[in-house]
Amino acid sequence: MPFLNWLKRRLVVIAGLLTLAYLLLPNIIVTVFSFNKPKGRFNYEWQRFSADAWKDPCGVADMCGSLSLSLQIAVWATVGATVLGTMISFALVRYRFRARGAVNSLIFLPMAMPEVVMAASLLTLFLNMGAQLGFWTILIAHIMFCLSFVVTAVKARVMSMDPRLEEAARDLYAGPVQTFLRVTLPIAAPGIAAGALLSFALSFDDFIITNFNAGSTVTFPMFVWGSAQRGTPVQINVIGTAMFLLAVLFVLFAMVLGNRRNKQKA
Amino acid sequence: MSTLTEAPPPLGPAAPEEKPPRRRGRFTPYWLLLPGMLWLIVFFALPMVYQASTSVQQGSLEQGYKVTWHFATYWDALNAYWPQFLRSVCYAAAATVLCLLLGYPLAYLIAFRAGRWRNLIMILVIAPFFTSFLIRTLAWKTILADNGPVVHALNTLHVLDLTGWLGWTAGDRVLATPLAVVCGLTYNFLPFMILPLYTSLERIDGRLHEAAGDLYARPWTTFRKVTFPLSMPGVVSGTLLTFIPAAGDYVNAELLGSTDTRMIGNVIQTQFLRVLDYPTAAALSFILMAAILAMVTLYIRRSGTEDLV
Amino acid sequence: MKTTPDNSGDVRLSGISKTYGSFTAVHPLDLTVPEGSFFALLGASGCGKTTTLRMIAGLEEPTTGTVRLGDQDVTHLPPYKRPVNTVFQSYALFPHLDIFENVAFGLRRRGIKSVKKQVEEMLELVQLGEQARKKPHQLSGGQQQRVAVARALINHPRVLLLDEPLGALDLKLRRQMQLELKRIQTEVGITFVHVTHDQEEAMTMADTVAVMNGGRVEQLGAPADLYENPRTTFVANFLGTSNLIEAEVGTRSGDDIVLKAGDGKLVLPGARCTAPTTAGGKVLVGIRPEKISLTHADDAGEIPAGRNRLTGKIADASFIGVSTQYVIDSPVCAGLSVYVQNVERDGRLVPGADVVLHWSPAHTFALDAAQAIDAGTEEEVAA
Repeated sequence: MPFLNWLKRRLVVIAGLLTLAYLLLPNIIVTVFSFNKPKGRFNYEWQRFSADAWKDPCGVADMCGSLSLSLQIAVWATVGATVLGTMISFALVRYRFRARGAVNSLIFLPMAMPEVVMAASLLTLFLNMGAQLGFWTILIAHIMFCLSFVVTAVKARVMSMDPRLEEAARDLYAGPVQTFLRVTLPIAAPGIAAGALLSFALSFDDFIITNFNAGSTVTFPMFVWGSAQRGTPVQINVIGTAMFLLAVLFVLFAMVLGNRRNKQKA
Repeated sequence: MSTLTEAPPPLGPAAPEEKPPRRRGRFTPYWLLLPGMLWLIVFFALPMVYQASTSVQQGSLEQGYKVTWHFATYWDALNAYWPQFLRSVCYAAAATVLCLLLGYPLAYLIAFRAGRWRNLIMILVIAPFFTSFLIRTLAWKTILADNGPVVHALNTLHVLDLTGWLGWTAGDRVLATPLAVVCGLTYNFLPFMILPLYTSLERIDGRLHEAAGDLYARPWTTFRKVTFPLSMPGVVSGTLLTFIPAAGDYVNAELLGSTDTRMIGNVIQTQFLRVLDYPTAAALSFILMAAILAMVTLYIRRSGTEDLV
Repeated sequence: MKTTPDNSGDVRLSGISKTYGSFTAVHPLDLTVPEGSFFALLGASGCGKTTTLRMIAGLEEPTTGTVRLGDQDVTHLPPYKRPVNTVFQSYALFPHLDIFENVAFGLRRRGIKSVKKQVEEMLELVQLGEQARKKPHQLSGGQQQRVAVARALINHPRVLLLDEPLGALDLKLRRQMQLELKRIQTEVGITFVHVTHDQEEAMTMADTVAVMNGGRVEQLGAPADLYENPRTTFVANFLGTSNLIEAEVGTRSGDDIVLKAGDGKLVLPGARCTAPTTAGGKVLVGIRPEKISLTHADDAGEIPAGRNRLTGKIADASFIGVSTQYVIDSPVCAGLSVYVQNVERDGRLVPGADVVLHWSPAHTFALDAAQAIDAGTEEEVAA
């Protein structure tokens, strides 16, 4: 049975590729249906080809406004969480101090907590304080749950860094500030970038926590949620497809750039 | 002269050459920690306290709420919503197992068999993250549509008869059934399983496979005795990263399910944002948190992996 | 290339010590490294040698004592204000900078604008001119090591500290780099302080070696002097191999001391005994394996008079080309090592043969018997 043998040897590969297909199928559907011209309010059934939505991506009321709001929140949440998280990571890796265990738990817990619990309790706090729900409450919440992920990413990178590198810098006439700027920060940069990228993706895509703490403000995920009840415009798929393509292109570009650099240097 | 011959004390402080550098400035770590920790205390820990207090309050929206230590709220909430609790745990557990079964081959493929395709596959695993998960979840409505090819195929193969008999689907439909919700949960949290699995698989030295083969282990035995045990840290953190968010999710149940598939997340959301019964909502969310923390702690203890962070 | 016009560039450590909690890494220690010398700190891992080096570099602050460079007290200066540079263990090259920028790092931090010429000259000195724009990970171990040396030397430090600089290299490359480092040191004339656990490396390269053990300096001197006249069992065993035999002090005859070992007697020059020599007291008699001659028991009569002798039986013989190494069990001491040059091999010297070991009394030394006899041997260091 040569065919059975062939199958046996490639079982893992086949199973893995099937999983990959399962992961990508919705994205393919999203892309295909961005060229649909649906009959009713909902874009779930294929009718006929049309590029109308691509020609007028902002043709739906309020959608692009919510998109730009989501982008703004994601940028500021990324900046906030990355700065605070990086500081915590350095403290954790490079210093000894009391209450280390407590700090570690406080960082671990938000990741081990269902979003709906954090969302509900944060809303309780805001209601008790009489805070005005909106941009600021969303931003506060996003920084809060992104923080732990930044710490995890940066910590791993700083931990794997040879402490002798910083000693070497100090030995070579770099003061504390120079050592940090010229050696520590550039070497920790990939970890910080990974944390920032993760923050951006988490914040931009967050629905559950935002839904609780947004008041009447509408972010892009909330717009999509609302449209699932009222009717899904094709433009949602256009935005989804464009984001997917941009992400893939961005990563491919970064990789090609990295490869070429390595080849030049070699 | 006796001190001359004393061997240096073993390890511990005996290896000053391995010590992390000591920094001057005793308060520096506290300054570094202060802003971030303050943020987490005020916007994560403090809300938990507020929520705990809300859960034992009584009153109404118009007259305001007072702490009356009314623990009966917990009892009433559990009594009223235990089916949703049970359903959440079952759906999340099913999704976690499916994620592990589907995710492991792909993580293994990327780590050991992908060769020059490794980076491309990695990108394809991560890239969907950048399309809003709500849009992608809505796409399942199309995939599982009543008159779509998937349901048609399952019907022809009489799979739906079987799942219907098991109570996973109803009639000729997949949408609005438990199967659709679990399928959506699995899809949504699969990358959270694959990434930690890949990380721990990638660390395994390829020569260990050769060594196992050299010591008379067949491929399947090698996997059972060498690869899988070494990937345990990834399995543990992967299952946690899948189970926890899945148990609290309400998006999949809302978009792909029906009133019969409501999970505890849906109840909390409705109580909080529509019914405005804050004490019940707070109590429910507190129970969910306690249950998950208890399960996670037990699980981590049993699997013996404490270094998840 | 010397940067100090006067001759007071010595490194002087007075009474420096370092404790971590209850553990003492370095006991109070006085040490002077003369300007322009190649000085080695030798010892097993955990003996305090690296801590001592780090205190000179400023990377550790001494618990007590002072560090002086010439007449300047630098004890409390941070590393970036000391005219001292280090070649780190495993080099610590900045992975994000290319070779040129690694070497230019120190100059740039001191605000020197035109670094190109100096860096290029320095890279020429270490024969890496072609590699200037590569990243550290693209170089071989030996090349990385030379970059580390260049990166430190370009700053014209008063003292160059080397922390196990050759530890990561394979044996052949290590030999080559030892000569290379020695050449560079002679060329630039800067004081080198070199930390190593490899006794051969220390003896090949250094003018002066300080042997450290348990946070103290056991003995300090020129390599040949340390080898020939060890003052402790640790030094005797750590530097090469020594046969140490327990003996009882007998009588004095002129400058010589007569000792009793088992039934036989051994003679040694009084000047080569560091132990107290009251009659009847115990000492450890030491003799290096290559100083001993082997004669088959049948030819015992041919041994010239006046030599120290012991009888024994060959337990093991290993042929290693240049020499043959024998292990001999003698009634007074089991497991004596003897290295015999393979000039004319006696076919009767095989395991089981009865032999006489003999050597010139002048090659004998004696140590205080109150120390562990196996201090500094491989087994003891490993334990």
